[in-house]
Amino acid sequence: MSEMIETDVVIIGAGPVGLFAVFELGLLDLKCHLIDILDKPGGQCAELYPEKPIYDIPAWPEISGQGLTDRLLEQIAPFNPEFHYNRMVAGLEKQADGSFIVTTDEDEKFHCKVVVIAAGGGSFQPKRPPVPTIEEYEGKSVFYSVRRMEEFRDQDILIVGGGDSALDWSLALQPIAKSLTLVHRRDAFRGAPDSVKKMKALVEEGKMNFSLGQMTGLEGEGGQLSKVNLKNADGEFSVDATRLLPFFGLTMKLGPIADWGLNLEENLIPVDTEKFATSEPGIFAIGDINTYPGKLKLILSGFHEAALMAHAAKAIVNPDEKVVFQYTTSSTNLQKKLNVK
Amino acid sequence: MKINVVDHKGAHHELEAPEGYRVMEVIRDYDVGIKAECGGACACATCHVYVDKEWFDKIPEPTDEEIDMLDEAFGVEDNSRLSCQILTDDSIDGITVYLAPGTEPEEKTGDRAA
Ligand SMILES: Cc1cc2nc3c(=O)[nH]c(=O)nc-3n(C[C@H](O)[C@H](O)[C@H](O)COP(=O)(O)OP(=O)(O)OC[C@H]3O[C@@H](n4cnc5c(N)ncnc54)[C@H](O)[C@@H]3O)c2cc1C
Ligand code: FES
Repeated sequence: MSEMIETDVVIIGAGPVGLFAVFELGLLDLKCHLIDILDKPGGQCAELYPEKPIYDIPAWPEISGQGLTDRLLEQIAPFNPEFHYNRMVAGLEKQADGSFIVTTDEDEKFHCKVVVIAAGGGSFQPKRPPVPTIEEYEGKSVFYSVRRMEEFRDQDILIVGGGDSALDWSLALQPIAKSLTLVHRRDAFRGAPDSVKKMKALVEEGKMNFSLGQMTGLEGEGGQLSKVNLKNADGEFSVDATRLLPFFGLTMKLGPIADWGLNLEENLIPVDTEKFATSEPGIFAIGDINTYPGKLKLILSGFHEAALMAHAAKAIVNPDEKVVFQYTTSSTNLQKKLNVK
Repeated sequence: MKINVVDHKGAHHELEAPEGYRVMEVIRDYDVGIKAECGGACACATCHVYVDKEWFDKIPEPTDEEIDMLDEAFGVEDNSRLSCQILTDDSIDGITVYLAPGTEPEEKTGDRAA
Protein backbone atom coordinates (compact mmCIF):
# COMPACT_ATOMS: atom_id res chain seq x y z
CA MET A 1 0.00 0.00 0.00
CA SER A 2 1.44 3.32 -1.04
CA GLU A 3 1.34 6.52 0.95
CA MET A 4 -1.64 8.82 0.99
CA ILE A 5 -1.46 11.47 -1.75
CA GLU A 6 -2.78 14.81 -0.47
CA THR A 7 -4.41 17.23 -2.90
CA ASP A 8 -7.24 19.77 -3.12
CA VAL A 9 -9.11 18.05 -5.93
CA VAL A 10 -9.18 14.60 -7.53
CA ILE A 11 -10.59 14.57 -11.06
CA ILE A 12 -11.90 11.20 -12.21
CA GLY A 13 -11.36 11.05 -15.97
CA ALA A 14 -8.81 12.87 -18.12
CA GLY A 15 -11.12 13.49 -21.08
CA PRO A 16 -11.39 16.99 -22.56
CA VAL A 17 -13.70 18.14 -19.77
CA GLY A 18 -11.53 16.77 -16.95
CA LEU A 19 -8.53 18.46 -18.57
CA PHE A 20 -10.20 21.84 -18.84
CA ALA A 21 -11.39 21.57 -15.23
CA VAL A 22 -7.69 21.71 -14.24
CA PHE A 23 -7.52 25.16 -15.85
CA GLU A 24 -10.57 26.61 -14.15
CA LEU A 25 -9.62 25.10 -10.78
CA GLY A 26 -6.02 26.21 -11.27
CA LEU A 27 -7.00 29.84 -11.74
CA LEU A 28 -8.51 29.56 -8.26
CA ASP A 29 -5.30 28.02 -6.88
CA LEU A 30 -6.69 24.54 -6.50
CA LYS A 31 -4.26 21.69 -7.10
CA CYS A 32 -5.49 18.71 -9.11
CA HIS A 33 -4.67 15.06 -9.61
CA LEU A 34 -6.31 13.29 -12.55
CA ILE A 35 -6.92 9.56 -12.74
CA ASP A 36 -7.83 7.68 -15.92
CA ILE A 37 -7.99 4.03 -16.86
CA LEU A 38 -6.66 4.86 -20.33
CA ASP A 39 -2.92 5.11 -20.87
CA LYS A 40 -3.24 8.66 -22.20
CA PRO A 41 -5.24 11.88 -21.80
CA GLY A 42 -8.12 12.96 -24.05
CA GLY A 43 -10.90 10.47 -23.27
CA GLN A 44 -13.19 9.82 -26.24
CA CYS A 45 -11.36 12.42 -28.36
CA ALA A 46 -8.07 10.54 -28.09
CA GLU A 47 -9.41 6.99 -27.95
CA LEU A 48 -12.26 7.03 -30.46
CA TYR A 49 -11.51 9.80 -32.93
CA PRO A 50 -7.98 11.22 -32.65
CA GLU A 51 -7.76 11.96 -36.38
CA LYS A 52 -11.32 13.09 -36.99
CA PRO A 53 -12.17 16.78 -37.15
CA ILE A 54 -14.41 18.58 -34.63
CA TYR A 55 -16.11 21.70 -35.99
CA ASP A 56 -17.90 23.13 -32.98
CA ILE A 57 -15.15 24.12 -30.57
CA PRO A 58 -15.52 27.90 -30.19
CA ALA A 59 -12.80 29.77 -32.12
CA TRP A 60 -11.43 26.55 -33.64
CA PRO A 61 -13.17 26.21 -37.03
CA GLU A 62 -11.66 22.76 -37.28
CA ILE A 63 -9.54 20.74 -34.87
CA SER A 64 -8.92 16.99 -34.54
CA GLY A 65 -9.63 15.00 -31.39
CA GLN A 66 -5.91 14.66 -30.72
CA GLY A 67 -5.28 18.30 -31.64
CA LEU A 68 -7.81 19.44 -29.07
CA THR A 69 -6.26 17.18 -26.44
CA ASP A 70 -2.76 18.53 -27.17
CA ARG A 71 -4.00 22.13 -26.93
CA LEU A 72 -5.73 21.48 -23.63
CA LEU A 73 -2.57 19.92 -22.21
CA GLU A 74 -0.62 22.99 -23.28
CA GLN A 75 -3.22 25.28 -21.73
CA ILE A 76 -3.22 23.52 -18.35
CA ALA A 77 0.53 22.93 -18.15
CA PRO A 78 1.16 26.03 -15.95
CA PHE A 79 -0.88 24.40 -13.19
CA ASN A 80 1.27 21.25 -13.11
CA PRO A 81 -1.56 18.76 -12.84
CA GLU A 82 -0.50 15.26 -11.89
CA PHE A 83 -1.70 12.41 -14.08
CA HIS A 84 -2.24 8.81 -13.03
CA TYR A 85 -2.98 6.61 -16.03
CA ASN A 86 -3.86 2.91 -16.39
CA ARG A 87 -5.84 3.05 -13.17
CA MET A 88 -9.47 2.61 -12.44
CA VAL A 89 -10.91 4.68 -9.64
CA ALA A 90 -12.43 1.93 -7.57
CA GLY A 91 -13.53 3.52 -4.31
CA LEU A 92 -14.77 6.86 -3.06
CA GLU A 93 -15.37 7.32 0.65
CA LYS A 94 -16.47 10.35 2.58
CA GLN A 95 -14.62 11.06 5.82
CA ALA A 96 -16.13 12.43 9.02
CA ASP A 97 -14.68 15.89 8.30
CA GLY A 98 -16.33 16.03 4.85
CA SER A 99 -13.15 15.26 2.93
CA PHE A 100 -12.76 12.20 0.70
CA ILE A 101 -10.51 9.23 0.20
CA VAL A 102 -10.31 8.06 -3.37
CA THR A 103 -8.77 4.64 -4.06
CA THR A 104 -7.62 3.04 -7.30
CA ASP A 105 -7.32 -0.57 -8.41
CA GLU A 106 -3.56 -0.08 -8.13
CA ASP A 107 -4.02 0.45 -4.39
CA GLU A 108 -3.22 4.14 -4.36
CA LYS A 109 -5.03 6.44 -1.99
CA PHE A 110 -5.78 10.10 -2.51
CA HIS A 111 -7.04 12.41 0.22
CA CYS A 112 -8.91 15.46 -1.09
CA LYS A 113 -11.57 18.00 -0.23
CA VAL A 114 -13.37 17.90 -3.56
CA VAL A 115 -14.00 15.15 -6.10
CA VAL A 116 -14.84 16.01 -9.70
CA ILE A 117 -16.36 13.17 -11.68
CA ALA A 118 -15.55 13.82 -15.35
CA ALA A 119 -16.03 10.20 -16.33
CA GLY A 120 -17.71 10.83 -19.69
CA GLY A 121 -19.33 7.77 -21.16
CA GLY A 122 -17.73 5.65 -18.47
CA SER A 123 -14.37 4.00 -18.10
CA PHE A 124 -12.78 2.53 -21.20
CA GLN A 125 -12.50 -1.22 -20.62
CA PRO A 126 -11.51 -4.12 -22.86
CA LYS A 127 -14.37 -5.68 -24.82
CA ARG A 128 -15.41 -9.08 -23.52
CA PRO A 129 -15.96 -11.58 -26.35
CA PRO A 130 -19.49 -13.00 -26.21
CA VAL A 131 -18.17 -16.54 -25.74
CA PRO A 132 -20.10 -18.68 -23.22
CA THR A 133 -18.53 -19.09 -19.73
CA ILE A 134 -15.67 -16.64 -20.41
CA GLU A 135 -16.38 -14.81 -17.11
CA GLU A 136 -15.44 -17.95 -15.17
CA TYR A 137 -11.90 -17.81 -16.52
CA GLU A 138 -11.25 -14.08 -16.26
CA GLY A 139 -8.37 -13.13 -14.01
CA LYS A 140 -7.27 -16.77 -13.76
CA SER A 141 -6.50 -17.84 -17.29
CA VAL A 142 -8.23 -15.26 -19.49
CA PHE A 143 -6.66 -11.80 -19.39
CA TYR A 144 -7.33 -8.60 -21.32
CA SER A 145 -3.95 -7.07 -20.63
CA VAL A 146 -0.58 -8.28 -19.44
CA ARG A 147 0.24 -6.84 -16.05
CA ARG A 148 2.79 -9.46 -15.05
CA MET A 149 4.69 -11.34 -17.75
CA GLU A 150 5.47 -14.13 -15.27
CA GLU A 151 1.81 -15.23 -15.36
CA PHE A 152 2.52 -16.33 -18.92
CA ARG A 153 5.83 -18.14 -18.54
CA ASP A 154 5.79 -21.78 -19.76
CA GLN A 155 2.11 -21.54 -20.66
CA ASP A 156 0.27 -22.47 -23.84
CA ILE A 157 -0.81 -19.00 -24.89
CA LEU A 158 -3.56 -18.14 -27.33
CA ILE A 159 -3.82 -14.53 -28.48
CA VAL A 160 -6.81 -13.35 -30.50
CA GLY A 161 -6.91 -10.15 -32.54
CA GLY A 162 -5.32 -8.31 -35.44
CA GLY A 163 -4.22 -4.96 -34.03
CA ASP A 164 -1.06 -3.75 -32.35
CA SER A 165 -1.91 -5.21 -28.93
CA ALA A 166 -2.31 -8.73 -30.36
CA LEU A 167 0.87 -8.46 -32.43
CA ASP A 168 3.03 -6.75 -29.80
CA TRP A 169 2.08 -9.25 -27.11
CA SER A 170 2.65 -12.17 -29.46
CA LEU A 171 6.19 -10.92 -30.03
CA ALA A 172 6.83 -10.14 -26.38
CA LEU A 173 5.44 -13.36 -24.91
CA GLN A 174 6.72 -15.80 -27.53
CA PRO A 175 10.19 -16.16 -25.94
CA ILE A 176 8.79 -17.19 -22.53
CA ALA A 177 5.77 -19.22 -23.70
CA LYS A 178 5.62 -22.99 -23.86
CA SER A 179 3.66 -22.48 -27.07
CA LEU A 180 2.04 -19.42 -28.60
CA THR A 181 -0.74 -19.23 -31.16
CA LEU A 182 -2.11 -16.06 -32.72
CA VAL A 183 -5.62 -16.28 -34.10
CA HIS A 184 -7.21 -13.63 -36.27
CA ARG A 185 -10.28 -13.66 -38.48
CA ARG A 186 -8.39 -12.75 -41.65
CA ASP A 187 -4.90 -12.71 -43.07
CA ALA A 188 -4.59 -8.92 -42.89
CA PHE A 189 -3.59 -6.89 -39.85
CA ARG A 190 -4.25 -3.36 -38.67
CA GLY A 191 -1.10 -3.40 -36.56
CA ALA A 192 2.26 -1.93 -37.52
CA PRO A 193 3.62 -3.59 -40.72
CA ASP A 194 6.96 -4.15 -39.00
CA SER A 195 5.31 -6.21 -36.23
CA VAL A 196 3.42 -8.23 -38.84
CA LYS A 197 6.72 -8.99 -40.56
CA LYS A 198 8.35 -10.09 -37.30
CA MET A 199 5.35 -12.25 -36.39
CA LYS A 200 5.37 -13.94 -39.80
CA ALA A 201 9.10 -14.62 -39.50
CA LEU A 202 8.53 -16.37 -36.14
CA VAL A 203 5.80 -18.49 -37.72
CA GLU A 204 8.19 -19.41 -40.59
CA GLU A 205 10.82 -20.46 -38.07
CA GLY A 206 8.26 -22.64 -36.28
CA LYS A 207 8.51 -20.61 -33.07
CA MET A 208 4.84 -19.65 -32.98
CA ASN A 209 1.63 -20.51 -34.82
CA PHE A 210 -0.84 -18.42 -36.72
CA SER A 211 -4.38 -19.57 -37.50
CA LEU A 212 -7.30 -17.96 -39.23
CA GLY A 213 -10.36 -18.24 -37.05
CA GLN A 214 -12.80 -16.90 -34.51
CA MET A 215 -13.57 -18.22 -31.02
CA THR A 216 -16.69 -20.26 -30.39
CA GLY A 217 -16.13 -21.77 -26.97
CA LEU A 218 -13.82 -22.45 -24.05
CA GLU A 219 -13.04 -25.65 -22.21
CA GLY A 220 -11.49 -26.07 -18.79
CA GLU A 221 -12.25 -26.46 -15.11
CA GLY A 222 -12.39 -24.22 -12.08
CA GLY A 223 -11.32 -21.17 -14.05
CA GLN A 224 -8.35 -23.00 -15.52
CA LEU A 225 -8.55 -23.02 -19.29
CA SER A 226 -7.37 -26.07 -21.24
CA LYS A 227 -8.72 -25.63 -24.73
CA VAL A 228 -10.20 -22.96 -26.99
CA ASN A 229 -12.67 -23.96 -29.69
CA LEU A 230 -12.56 -22.01 -32.91
CA LYS A 231 -13.96 -21.98 -36.40
CA ASN A 232 -13.02 -20.67 -39.79
CA ALA A 233 -14.07 -21.18 -43.42
CA ASP A 234 -12.66 -24.72 -43.36
CA GLY A 235 -14.66 -25.75 -40.30
CA GLU A 236 -14.22 -26.14 -36.56
CA PHE A 237 -10.98 -26.79 -34.73
CA SER A 238 -9.48 -26.33 -31.30
CA VAL A 239 -6.20 -25.17 -29.81
CA ASP A 240 -4.79 -26.32 -26.46
CA ALA A 241 -4.35 -23.22 -24.34
CA THR A 242 -3.81 -22.43 -20.68
CA ARG A 243 -3.81 -18.66 -21.19
CA LEU A 244 -6.08 -16.63 -23.43
CA LEU A 245 -5.60 -12.97 -24.37
CA PRO A 246 -8.47 -11.56 -26.47
CA PHE A 247 -7.81 -8.09 -27.96
CA PHE A 248 -10.95 -6.56 -29.47
CA GLY A 249 -10.51 -2.93 -28.49
CA LEU A 250 -12.19 -0.99 -25.72
CA THR A 251 -15.72 -0.13 -24.76
CA MET A 252 -17.09 2.36 -22.25
CA LYS A 253 -18.65 0.98 -19.09
CA LEU A 254 -20.05 2.93 -16.15
CA GLY A 255 -17.93 0.83 -13.77
CA PRO A 256 -17.50 1.48 -10.04
CA ILE A 257 -19.28 4.87 -10.15
CA ALA A 258 -22.52 2.94 -9.67
CA ASP A 259 -21.33 1.82 -6.23
CA TRP A 260 -20.62 5.20 -4.68
CA GLY A 261 -24.13 5.88 -3.40
CA LEU A 262 -24.75 8.76 -5.79
CA ASN A 263 -28.15 9.32 -7.38
CA LEU A 264 -28.12 7.93 -10.90
CA GLU A 265 -30.52 8.35 -13.77
CA GLU A 266 -30.01 5.93 -16.66
CA ASN A 267 -26.29 5.64 -15.85
CA LEU A 268 -25.89 9.42 -15.66
CA ILE A 269 -25.38 11.59 -12.60
CA PRO A 270 -28.05 14.26 -12.07
CA VAL A 271 -26.61 17.66 -11.13
CA ASP A 272 -27.87 21.21 -10.62
CA THR A 273 -26.93 23.79 -13.23
CA GLU A 274 -25.56 26.38 -10.83
CA LYS A 275 -22.70 24.35 -9.37
CA PHE A 276 -22.90 20.99 -11.15
CA ALA A 277 -23.02 19.38 -7.72
CA THR A 278 -24.19 15.78 -7.26
CA SER A 279 -26.43 14.49 -4.49
CA GLU A 280 -23.31 14.26 -2.30
CA PRO A 281 -21.83 17.59 -1.08
CA GLY A 282 -18.23 17.96 -2.27
CA ILE A 283 -18.69 15.69 -5.28
CA PHE A 284 -19.28 17.41 -8.62
CA ALA A 285 -20.04 15.85 -12.00
CA ILE A 286 -19.22 17.56 -15.31
CA GLY A 287 -19.13 16.60 -18.98
CA ASP A 288 -20.86 13.63 -20.61
CA ILE A 289 -21.40 11.80 -17.30
CA ASN A 290 -23.91 14.31 -15.90
CA THR A 291 -27.50 15.07 -16.75
CA TYR A 292 -29.83 18.03 -16.19
CA PRO A 293 -32.75 19.52 -18.09
CA GLY A 294 -31.54 20.57 -21.53
CA LYS A 295 -28.17 18.77 -21.27
CA LEU A 296 -26.22 18.44 -24.52
CA LYS A 297 -23.30 16.04 -24.62
CA LEU A 298 -20.96 18.56 -26.20
CA ILE A 299 -17.41 19.42 -25.29
CA LEU A 300 -18.23 23.11 -25.08
CA SER A 301 -21.01 22.42 -22.56
CA GLY A 302 -18.51 20.50 -20.44
CA PHE A 303 -16.13 23.47 -20.51
CA HIS A 304 -18.85 25.80 -19.23
CA GLU A 305 -19.76 23.32 -16.52
CA ALA A 306 -16.11 23.18 -15.44
CA ALA A 307 -15.96 26.94 -14.92
CA LEU A 308 -19.04 27.12 -12.72
CA MET A 309 -18.08 23.99 -10.82
CA ALA A 310 -14.64 25.45 -10.04
CA HIS A 311 -16.08 28.42 -8.17
CA ALA A 312 -18.31 26.14 -6.11
CA ALA A 313 -15.34 23.85 -5.40
CA LYS A 314 -13.25 26.82 -4.27
CA ALA A 315 -15.86 27.70 -1.66
CA ILE A 316 -15.53 24.20 -0.23
CA VAL A 317 -11.72 24.03 -0.21
CA ASN A 318 -11.15 27.59 1.07
CA PRO A 319 -14.44 28.64 2.70
CA ASP A 320 -12.95 31.77 4.24
CA GLU A 321 -11.26 33.12 1.14
CA LYS A 322 -13.19 35.72 -0.80
CA VAL A 323 -12.94 35.13 -4.55
CA VAL A 324 -12.94 38.26 -6.67
CA PHE A 325 -14.14 37.60 -10.21
CA GLN A 326 -11.36 38.40 -12.69
CA TYR A 327 -10.59 38.19 -16.40
CA THR A 328 -7.44 36.47 -17.62
CA THR A 329 -7.02 39.35 -20.08
CA SER A 330 -6.63 42.03 -17.46
CA SER A 331 -5.70 40.36 -14.19
CA THR A 332 -1.97 40.40 -13.49
CA ASN A 333 -2.67 38.00 -10.68
CA LEU A 334 -4.18 35.41 -13.04
CA GLN A 335 -1.50 36.03 -15.64
CA LYS A 336 1.18 35.30 -13.08
CA LYS A 337 -0.43 31.91 -12.47
CA LEU A 338 -0.40 31.28 -16.21
CA ASN A 339 3.32 32.16 -16.42
CA VAL A 340 2.58 35.08 -18.75
CA LYS A 341 5.75 37.11 -19.19
CA MET B 1 -38.65 3.70 -47.33
CA LYS B 2 -38.45 0.87 -44.81
CA ILE B 3 -35.73 -1.19 -43.19
CA ASN B 4 -36.24 -4.48 -41.35
CA VAL B 5 -34.25 -5.17 -38.21
CA VAL B 6 -34.04 -8.43 -36.29
CA ASP B 7 -32.90 -7.67 -32.73
CA HIS B 8 -30.75 -9.71 -30.34
CA LYS B 9 -33.78 -11.66 -29.13
CA GLY B 10 -34.93 -12.48 -32.64
CA ALA B 11 -37.82 -9.99 -32.67
CA HIS B 12 -38.59 -8.38 -36.00
CA HIS B 13 -38.95 -4.60 -36.38
CA GLU B 14 -40.10 -2.87 -39.52
CA LEU B 15 -38.85 0.70 -39.34
CA GLU B 16 -39.85 3.66 -41.46
CA ALA B 17 -36.51 5.23 -42.38
CA PRO B 18 -35.84 8.72 -43.68
CA GLU B 19 -33.42 8.87 -46.59
CA GLY B 20 -29.89 10.15 -46.18
CA TYR B 21 -29.28 8.69 -42.73
CA ARG B 22 -27.27 5.68 -41.67
CA VAL B 23 -28.95 2.38 -40.88
CA MET B 24 -27.39 2.52 -37.37
CA GLU B 25 -29.01 5.92 -36.71
CA VAL B 26 -32.45 4.59 -37.63
CA ILE B 27 -32.02 1.53 -35.38
CA ARG B 28 -30.80 3.73 -32.53
CA ASP B 29 -33.56 6.32 -32.88
CA TYR B 30 -36.28 3.68 -32.72
CA ASP B 31 -34.66 2.33 -29.52
CA VAL B 32 -34.37 -1.20 -30.88
CA GLY B 33 -31.24 -1.59 -28.71
CA ILE B 34 -27.84 -1.15 -30.33
CA LYS B 35 -24.71 0.07 -28.57
CA ALA B 36 -23.23 2.08 -31.48
CA GLU B 37 -20.90 3.66 -28.99
CA CYS B 38 -18.87 5.91 -31.29
CA GLY B 39 -21.94 7.40 -32.87
CA GLY B 40 -21.06 6.42 -36.41
CA ALA B 41 -17.38 7.28 -36.58
CA CYS B 42 -16.40 3.78 -37.69
CA ALA B 43 -14.38 3.57 -34.49
CA CYS B 44 -16.08 1.01 -32.24
CA ALA B 45 -17.65 -1.88 -34.21
CA THR B 46 -20.58 -1.97 -31.75
CA CYS B 47 -23.06 -1.40 -34.60
CA HIS B 48 -22.16 -4.71 -36.30
CA VAL B 49 -25.00 -6.34 -38.25
CA TYR B 50 -25.47 -9.27 -40.59
CA VAL B 51 -27.02 -8.15 -43.84
CA ASP B 52 -29.59 -10.52 -45.35
CA LYS B 53 -27.71 -12.52 -47.98
CA GLU B 54 -30.05 -11.38 -50.74
CA TRP B 55 -29.22 -7.78 -49.99
CA PHE B 56 -25.55 -8.03 -49.25
CA ASP B 57 -24.32 -7.67 -52.81
CA LYS B 58 -26.75 -4.89 -53.61
CA ILE B 59 -25.35 -2.36 -51.15
CA PRO B 60 -22.20 -0.31 -51.77
CA GLU B 61 -19.01 -2.13 -50.74
CA PRO B 62 -17.34 -1.42 -47.39
CA THR B 63 -14.33 0.88 -47.24
CA ASP B 64 -10.97 -0.44 -46.05
CA GLU B 65 -11.56 1.47 -42.82
CA GLU B 66 -14.78 -0.45 -42.21
CA ILE B 67 -13.17 -3.82 -42.99
CA ASP B 68 -10.36 -3.00 -40.53
CA MET B 69 -12.85 -1.99 -37.85
CA LEU B 70 -14.71 -5.29 -38.23
CA ASP B 71 -11.63 -6.83 -36.58
CA GLU B 72 -13.02 -5.49 -33.28
CA ALA B 73 -16.42 -7.12 -33.86
CA PHE B 74 -17.40 -10.63 -32.79
CA GLY B 75 -18.72 -13.49 -34.88
CA VAL B 76 -17.82 -11.82 -38.16
CA GLU B 77 -19.34 -13.55 -41.19
CA ASP B 78 -19.19 -12.98 -44.94
CA ASN B 79 -22.30 -10.80 -44.69
CA SER B 80 -21.06 -8.69 -41.77
CA ARG B 81 -21.23 -4.91 -42.02
CA LEU B 82 -21.06 -1.92 -39.70
CA SER B 83 -24.55 -0.44 -39.84
CA CYS B 84 -23.22 3.10 -39.36
CA GLN B 85 -21.53 2.79 -42.74
CA ILE B 86 -24.68 1.90 -44.69
CA LEU B 87 -26.64 4.88 -45.98
CA THR B 88 -30.42 4.78 -46.19
CA ASP B 89 -31.44 5.44 -49.76
CA ASP B 90 -33.88 4.05 -52.30
CA SER B 91 -31.54 1.22 -53.25
CA ILE B 92 -31.89 -0.43 -49.81
CA ASP B 93 -35.66 0.02 -49.41
CA GLY B 94 -36.87 -3.17 -47.72
CA ILE B 95 -33.43 -4.44 -46.59
CA THR B 96 -33.20 -6.81 -43.62
CA VAL B 97 -30.34 -6.68 -41.10
CA TYR B 98 -29.71 -8.82 -38.01
CA LEU B 99 -28.05 -7.28 -34.93
CA ALA B 100 -24.82 -9.19 -34.21
CA PRO B 101 -23.62 -10.39 -30.79
CA GLY B 102 -21.56 -7.85 -28.84
CA THR B 103 -23.69 -4.87 -29.89
CA GLU B 104 -26.13 -4.99 -26.97
CA PRO B 105 -26.35 -1.66 -25.09
CA GLU B 106 -24.97 -1.54 -21.54
CA GLU B 107 -27.54 -2.21 -18.85
CA LYS B 108 -28.72 0.99 -17.19
CA THR B 109 -28.79 1.63 -13.48
CA GLY B 110 -31.27 4.33 -12.79
CA ASP B 111 -33.45 6.35 -10.48
CA ARG B 112 -31.73 4.99 -7.43
CA ALA B 113 -31.90 7.04 -4.30
CA ALA B 114 -28.66 7.52 -2.43
C1 LIG C 1 -16.95 9.96 -32.88
C2 LIG C 1 -17.33 11.08 -31.95
C3 LIG C 1 -17.40 12.37 -32.44
C4 LIG C 1 -17.72 13.42 -31.59
N1 LIG C 1 -17.77 14.69 -32.10
C5 LIG C 1 -18.02 15.73 -31.29
C6 LIG C 1 -18.06 17.06 -31.78
O1 LIG C 1 -17.89 17.30 -32.98
N2 LIG C 1 -18.27 18.07 -30.91
C7 LIG C 1 -18.49 17.86 -29.57
O2 LIG C 1 -18.66 18.81 -28.81
N3 LIG C 1 -18.48 16.60 -29.07
C8 LIG C 1 -18.26 15.54 -29.89
N4 LIG C 1 -18.27 14.26 -29.39
C9 LIG C 1 -18.57 14.08 -27.96
C10 LIG C 1 -17.34 14.39 -27.12
O3 LIG C 1 -16.26 13.58 -27.50
C11 LIG C 1 -17.70 14.17 -25.65
O4 LIG C 1 -18.71 15.09 -25.32
C12 LIG C 1 -16.48 14.42 -24.77
O5 LIG C 1 -15.45 13.49 -25.04
C13 LIG C 1 -16.89 14.31 -23.31
O6 LIG C 1 -15.75 14.58 -22.54
P1 LIG C 1 -15.63 14.08 -21.06
O7 LIG C 1 -14.33 14.61 -20.59
O8 LIG C 1 -16.86 14.42 -20.33
O9 LIG C 1 -15.61 12.49 -21.13
P2 LIG C 1 -14.75 11.41 -21.97
O10 LIG C 1 -14.14 12.00 -23.16
O11 LIG C 1 -15.67 10.26 -22.14
O12 LIG C 1 -13.59 11.01 -20.95
C14 LIG C 1 -13.88 10.36 -19.73
C15 LIG C 1 -12.66 9.62 -19.24
O13 LIG C 1 -12.90 9.13 -17.93
C16 LIG C 1 -12.32 7.87 -17.79
N5 LIG C 1 -12.99 7.17 -16.68
C17 LIG C 1 -14.33 6.98 -16.48
N6 LIG C 1 -14.57 6.34 -15.33
C18 LIG C 1 -13.35 6.08 -14.77
C19 LIG C 1 -12.92 5.42 -13.58
N7 LIG C 1 -13.79 4.91 -12.68
N8 LIG C 1 -11.59 5.33 -13.34
C20 LIG C 1 -10.67 5.84 -14.24
N9 LIG C 1 -11.02 6.48 -15.37
C21 LIG C 1 -12.34 6.60 -15.64
C22 LIG C 1 -12.54 7.21 -19.14
O14 LIG C 1 -11.61 6.15 -19.33
C23 LIG C 1 -12.32 8.40 -20.09
O15 LIG C 1 -10.99 8.49 -20.54
C24 LIG C 1 -17.97 13.19 -30.23
C25 LIG C 1 -17.90 11.88 -29.73
C26 LIG C 1 -17.58 10.83 -30.58
C27 LIG C 1 -17.47 9.44 -30.02
S1 FES D 1 -21.23 3.18 -34.46
FE1 FES D 1 -19.15 2.83 -34.00
S2 FES D 1 -18.43 1.79 -35.73
FE2 FES D 1 -20.52 2.13 -36.18
